[in-house]
Amino acid sequence: MYKLFLRSLISVLFFLGFSLNVNAEFKVGFVYVGPTGDHGWTYQHDEGRKAVEAAGIKTTYVESVPEGADAERVIRQLAQSGHDLIFTTSFGYMDPTNKVAKDFPNVKFEHATGYKREHSNVATYSARFYEGRTLLGHMAGKMTKTNTIGYIASFPIPEVIRGINAMTLAAQKVNPDIKTKIVWVFTWYDPGKESEAAQALIDQGADIIMQHTDSTAPVQVAEKAGVWSFGQASDMQRFAPKSILTSIIDDWAPYYVERSIAARDGTWKQQDTWHGLKEGMVAMAPYNSAMGDDLVKEVEQLQKDLASGKVHSFTGPIYDQKGNILVAEGAVADDGMLAGMNVYVKGVEGDIPQ
Amino acid sequence: MSFDLNFIGILIGAIMASSVPLILAASGELITERSGVLNLGVEGMMIIGAISGFALMVVTDNLFFAVIGSMFSGLIISLIFGLLTQSLLTNHVATGLALTIFGIGMSAMIGKNFVGIPGKEFPLLFLSLKESIPFVGPIFFGHSIILYFAFGLPFLTNYFLKKTKTGLIIRAVGDSPTSASNQGINVTLVRYSCILYGGAMCGLAGAYLSLIYTPQWIENMTGGRGWIALALVVFATWSPIKVLIGALIFGGITILQLHMQAVGLRIPVQLLSALPYIMTIIVLVVISRDSRKIKLNTPTSLGQIFYKEK
Repeated sequence: MYKLFLRSLISVLFFLGFSLNVNAEFKVGFVYVGPTGDHGWTYQHDEGRKAVEAAGIKTTYVESVPEGADAERVIRQLAQSGHDLIFTTSFGYMDPTNKVAKDFPNVKFEHATGYKREHSNVATYSARFYEGRTLLGHMAGKMTKTNTIGYIASFPIPEVIRGINAMTLAAQKVNPDIKTKIVWVFTWYDPGKESEAAQALIDQGADIIMQHTDSTAPVQVAEKAGVWSFGQASDMQRFAPKSILTSIIDDWAPYYVERSIAARDGTWKQQDTWHGLKEGMVAMAPYNSAMGDDLVKEVEQLQKDLASGKVHSFTGPIYDQKGNILVAEGAVADDGMLAGMNVYVKGVEGDIPQ
Repeated sequence: MSFDLNFIGILIGAIMASSVPLILAASGELITERSGVLNLGVEGMMIIGAISGFALMVVTDNLFFAVIGSMFSGLIISLIFGLLTQSLLTNHVATGLALTIFGIGMSAMIGKNFVGIPGKEFPLLFLSLKESIPFVGPIFFGHSIILYFAFGLPFLTNYFLKKTKTGLIIRAVGDSPTSASNQGINVTLVRYSCILYGGAMCGLAGAYLSLIYTPQWIENMTGGRGWIALALVVFATWSPIKVLIGALIFGGITILQLHMQAVGLRIPVQLLSALPYIMTIIVLVVISRDSRKIKLNTPTSLGQIFYKEK
């Protein structure tokens, strides 16, 4: 009798376990570095997550996860709790993602803005934000009266330096007297510090403010001071309706939906994605009509040319600050050079902090 | 870089604006500490003040209510600290730290619905004078009323502590709660009042950030200013006037380093960011060599739990 009971119990448990396994739904997890309401970087990633959800795939997310030991714990927990695909959306998650990927070969991982793909289940993706910076540079060069562009920079990594260079090159093309003043704030997200930096740049004569940080504080300072500004990562227009000329928008949604469906259907493959205006991963918010119809048309044309590949953000001749040639006349910088960019081009003031 | 007088005026004005939250929070904490209570929850009370000020501004569309409300919520939060440390006699340091963690979490929770809403313009006084008078204009005019209040506060606090009877009572309680109690002073009541006052000032400091300095709500927007304010009280060796000077130095470092970068000067940015803390440590070393100077203003019973003998 006892044995019979035990046997039936085991079979019931086995059956339960089996059915749970069959029913295990396909789930996608997201790890964010900031709060979903930052109206910049993380906000846009979460918009992408919502698109995945709208496509009928279940998602979960963890926000404000510091880069470091905590990140690995969070990623591991998502992998353990039955997520089949995990997007880790900050540069600093690079090593933790690869570490967890090793222990969960059946789970797929996608790491944003990184370059390490140590296991076959890790893919990386990023956007060519610098194409957007080229457009900003063109507008800034045309709109400035003081010939001084103020740039709030976060950390001296290739990604940020690339943006500064792309912007400066485009601005120089339309206005050879342009100067780029840079303030490094060493944070992605500190509204107080970002607004102090914006104010310092305005006090130093900049009448164009742009940022490679995530809060809306700089555009608000620009609005108050009556100078032009550009939004970052998402459309910040409503925070500075008069001042903002446009915003660079990171549109992750199509990529997230495509990769999630691929993972669900078993067609997911490891890859390194670097999409730009052409694929729509970088998009521009509506242009402010205050800059005049002619300029708007010019910029729209330039946007089309960048998307079609007719114009490249880094077309030679390009010189560094000392006058050494970086890219020969007529050539364009290759992706390897762009990915490792660590010098300023001619016309940028100051040194890159070490 | 244009070194004209007007530019220096603008620079000084910017430094003053950035030092306001430090002055307010440190002046409040100074009174709390002078009564012998060490409240490490400054950061938590500030962030609660920031979110409640901003939330009230959005809901009521009235800046006056927002400012008063932020002070009130700072007061309520500090009341929790008061109940724990004064009535339930818990450890000051642990309770204060818990208050900071609680405040940051709580503000993030309340703030969920207020993220991404643009702030309202806070009225600035004497704007026309700021434009018309070079040098002096940008220093003295075109600020919010809270800035003027903040710059008067250390002097008021100094007068209050030195010249009024209530101030004397607070100092007596901070220096020797037992003797004060024997004199018939209600130590617990005095300490409660000082805690509540400190909470209200920290709330106001938070509201300055979310309503005036960067008019919006962002999670964790105090960004460690509460800790700098705590360091500032020690840096000032518990003297209100020195709080004002210290706040200007700390605020000045941030603003100047940004300006130096904008001119393209090569400076180690990380070192400058660490400078307020380094300076506090240096001051601590210096004052501990001269015991006469510390004794002048230091509340001797700071952080100690007071048991009334029955």
